[in-house]
Amino acid sequence: MSSVMTASSVPRFRRGGWVFLLPAGAPFIAFVLWPLIHGVSLGFFDVQLGETRFVGLANYRRLLDDETFWAAVQNTCGFVVLVVPIVWVLSLGISALVYPMGSFARSFFRFAFYVPVVAGGVCLAMVWMWIFDQQFGLLNHITGSLMGVQVDWLGRTDTALASLAVVVISWSLGQPIIIFLAALGGIPPELYEAARIDGAGPLRRFWHVTLPLLRPASLFVLVTQTIGVFQVFVVVLLLTVNGGPAHSTRTIVYGMYETAFTPMYDFDYAAAQGSVLLVALGTIAVLQFRLLGRQTRLD
Amino acid sequence: MSEQTGQTPLPSTRLSRLGRWVSWGLLLVAATAAILPLYWMTTGSLKLQSDAMKTPPEWFPENPTVANYEKLFGGQEGGAWSGKRPASRWLVNSLLVAVSISVSAVFTSALAGYALWKLSFTGRRVAFWLVVATMMLPRQVSLIPLYLMVVGLDWMDSYPGLIAPFLCYPFGIFLVRQFMMQVPDELLAAARIDGAGPWRIFWHIVLPMSRPALGAVAIFSFMGAWNEYLWQLIVTNRPAMYTLPVGVSKLVTTLSQFDLGLAMAGATVAFLPMLAVFVMFQRYFVQGVSVGALKG
Repeated sequence: MSSVMTASSVPRFRRGGWVFLLPAGAPFIAFVLWPLIHGVSLGFFDVQLGETRFVGLANYRRLLDDETFWAAVQNTCGFVVLVVPIVWVLSLGISALVYPMGSFARSFFRFAFYVPVVAGGVCLAMVWMWIFDQQFGLLNHITGSLMGVQVDWLGRTDTALASLAVVVISWSLGQPIIIFLAALGGIPPELYEAARIDGAGPLRRFWHVTLPLLRPASLFVLVTQTIGVFQVFVVVLLLTVNGGPAHSTRTIVYGMYETAFTPMYDFDYAAAQGSVLLVALGTIAVLQFRLLGRQTRLD
Repeated sequence: MSEQTGQTPLPSTRLSRLGRWVSWGLLLVAATAAILPLYWMTTGSLKLQSDAMKTPPEWFPENPTVANYEKLFGGQEGGAWSGKRPASRWLVNSLLVAVSISVSAVFTSALAGYALWKLSFTGRRVAFWLVVATMMLPRQVSLIPLYLMVVGLDWMDSYPGLIAPFLCYPFGIFLVRQFMMQVPDELLAAARIDGAGPWRIFWHIVLPMSRPALGAVAIFSFMGAWNEYLWQLIVTNRPAMYTLPVGVSKLVTTLSQFDLGLAMAGATVAFLPMLAVFVMFQRYFVQGVSVGALKG
């Protein structure tokens, strides 16, 4: 984010700034900032029917011994490990193939891969519920006729998480492809020309020119995807029974939802889980920017 | 935005004829896999339960019917909402919520983006970093406080409850500000010499020039609101206040038997309006995604 704070040569207006900021500022403070602060602070309290008592780290101590929470943490990390690298490789590969094919192909494939993003989680979860169905599902029809295998995709602990990951991947490609296509357009063609004169083939050109120059775009994609996948919820709620089988698909956000909004209504304990998510995502964002940011500068 | 449409690739980046065919083949397979679920959903909505459960599955509906849509819009006999027309109400609710949020996001982002870009006031830097931080942090953390707030204000099952948390759109503010930074300083300097104040500069110069960014904000906030699920699920209890995603998901969880065709019809009704918006404003989607990524 280097260009963000550059000073401008035009003097700024001295007055009136707050007036412009007010229409956004008021709802920002009331509905974005304050709930965020309140959400973190709630984790240190015990909320019981109108009575709120400070309990320090009690909720966090409870988290340490909560096996379902650790299952959620483990599954959430599992989603990230499964989804993020695959999305990165697929979107980068697709963009690298599409880009040289001209503007028609670019618009066409950009459109095709973005349509699932537009459809949204609920629509896709509904249809995947049918596709994964053991008896009437399209997937078992295909695997059955090709390999003679029929699987209860969402009902087995060893396939449920991966099946949900496929759904998440299917709606995660659109945005990175747009980003990579735009970034590919920013690479000066002379660099490829120079590499070619030096005798580099297409693969080496991709490895030594394209990949390093796409690092900022890759960084952005990795960070946004990680943040997005950490918040997986809809597929778990709609495609599984309470994050099952045997807690194998429950995620942190699903756990939060269950703790706070099913008959438990345990708000403070859910808030503590939310704070863990907040700290994890904040750390990941900072780390990824540091790590990849430094590499970019060294080049 | 480095949109490169119309630029011919240099010979070095042009692929050989064979490579081109292989690329097209691979990409078409991948794109088909990405689109197939939506095809399956749309055609499935035209099938009766007996046809939907056929093995082998019908790739094209052999007896297409609109019965599922009649059921969806006509109310479910004996269901939780019998006799009403819930799906049309859900459609209206979703539209109302998404349009309100989108209008508000454009309005607040335009003003705040301008303020954070060119106006001076104490705390400007802090305000900007707060916007960036809230943009990256998970919204779920604020879910419980927002819910308590909505309950306290008696906004459950109401439009204010559905809309208020999204009046301000941090990503939109960021997007508009980054885009406005492309407005040349000379233009503003000239306007100031002519005696224009902050409002006139905003209205006559900055706003017209930021139209693409505002289009992107409108689209993204609309799509976000249209596809929002968790919040809408939490603040609605009455079927009449459901939005499309909530209502459609309840088609599965409420009815005793999973009526495939009906569920697919619901999902299709939720999908098609958003698809239409996407087709019409595709340009803004592309701009919005790339500005957000590359100007950061």
